[in-house]
Amino acid sequence: MELVNPGIGLIFWMTLAFGTVFFVLSKFAWPSITRALKERELHIEEALQAADITREEMKKLKIDNEKLLKEAKEERDAIMNDARKIRDKMIDEARLKANLEADRIVESARERIENEKMAALVEVKNQIAKVSIDIAEMILREKMQNTKAQTDYIEKLINESQLN
Amino acid sequence: MAYFQGFHINRILVYFMFFAFIGLSNPLMAGSDEHHESGEDAPKFDAGRVIIDHIVDAYEWHILDYGNFHLSVPFPVILYDEGQWYVFMSSKFKHGHASYLGYEIAHDGDLKGKIVRKTQDGEIVRPWDLSITKNVFSLFFSSALIIILFMSISRAYKRTRKHAPKGLQSLLEPLIVFIRDEIAITSIGRKNYEKFLPFLLTVFFFIFFNNLLGIIPIFPGGANVTGNIAVTGVLALFTFFITAIRANKNYWAHIFNTPGVPWWLKVPIPLMPIIELVGVFTKPFVLMVRLFANITAGHIIILGFISLIFVFGQSNVFAGYGISIISISLAIFIFFLELLVAFIQAYVFTLLSAIYFGMANEEHHHEEEHH
Repeated sequence: MELVNPGIGLIFWMTLAFGTVFFVLSKFAWPSITRALKERELHIEEALQAADITREEMKKLKIDNEKLLKEAKEERDAIMNDARKIRDKMIDEARLKANLEADRIVESARERIENEKMAALVEVKNQIAKVSIDIAEMILREKMQNTKAQTDYIEKLINESQLN
Repeated sequence: MAYFQGFHINRILVYFMFFAFIGLSNPLMAGSDEHHESGEDAPKFDAGRVIIDHIVDAYEWHILDYGNFHLSVPFPVILYDEGQWYVFMSSKFKHGHASYLGYEIAHDGDLKGKIVRKTQDGEIVRPWDLSITKNVFSLFFSSALIIILFMSISRAYKRTRKHAPKGLQSLLEPLIVFIRDEIAITSIGRKNYEKFLPFLLTVFFFIFFNNLLGIIPIFPGGANVTGNIAVTGVLALFTFFITAIRANKNYWAHIFNTPGVPWWLKVPIPLMPIIELVGVFTKPFVLMVRLFANITAGHIIILGFISLIFVFGQSNVFAGYGISIISISLAIFIFFLELLVAFIQAYVFTLLSAIYFGMANEEHHHEEEHH
């Protein structure tokens, strides 16, 4: 019977003690504890989300970088290509020009050579003619020492010219 | 008498033996001091008496007996009788064998163990008794402990803010989070739980700490606080009043006009309302009895195993030594079990309180049925 016979004093003190504990903890302990727990959970949640966002951004950035790199490479290739083409074209043009020039030079050289040759030939002809005349004059002078021969010759020349 | 002395000293030897081995210093002899004080009567070790004396409240805290030396801590007796206050130390009763100012501790009857006054006509009168008893002292001790502990961890929370918990804080945090997430939020719901969380946390730690202190056999632990019906009754009353005060319309509507029940169960004899209303009171009653019975049972079993040693030791000292091995190992096993029970009972009380709060705050899901 003693076991289930509550003492009035104990009920009183228990109400007081538990009430005090309840009051003091509800006023001074639990609010700050629960608030701190909530805050921390929120903080962790936020930090995790921020980490996720950062990771996502990093990924995006990496993709962007790769894209940029790819573009740069492509551009470089294009520029290189263009440059190569231009170079080839320039070389071709230069070669063509050089060829033309060379041809022109050769042509002019040939022309000049031809001219020189002609001039030389004329000169040679003239020289030959002059020498021939000189020789002929000399021969004639030799032959026309006597008057008879001179007259004969003149007659022959006249004959010849009459025949013509 | 010689036999008695020998018996007593051997008992003390056995007592110190297990004191030394497991640090168990629970004042096991407390109940038996009546025997050697009461003189020539053949002292018989009454296990039932000893156990009951250990688990009920007392006006002094018995620590140990050695021969005729009794070590106990007396507490103030506070009485209010016929418009007058009486305050004196319980040591005036000389361990229950003397009366003081006409007051004495009843030895038998319904008021056994309580302070009573015998009138001239031989009538037994019970004064208003607000004495600081063993349980009251223990309550004060545990309350102070709980307040100091949680104030200090509350300060720790203010200090650490968003950082990881440290020390005591990290020891208690899982329990706090467990009560919040697994008890409060799951039983009451995310919307309303915050109103009830302080009470649930307080009640859980109050019961848990008192349970733990109750199974520590060394002063100032070892009082059967949560195994006292007054203590569990007050806790259950708190739950009852909070449920009643915080209950919403739906809860009362559910009680007085239970939806989904044939009308003839409500009119003319309000059978269902009566049943529901009884349920309102049985819920806290069940809380009270469950905690009281579980903790008391644990204490009884442990004391029972320890008493076995003396029961056997009474017939033969060596039998007592022999049985002590078995008894102590079984008692240790029960101690471990009690550690578990200390947590489980605190959990169950808190969980059921939370469920009652949840029921009282339910947004009605069968709204359409009773319109």
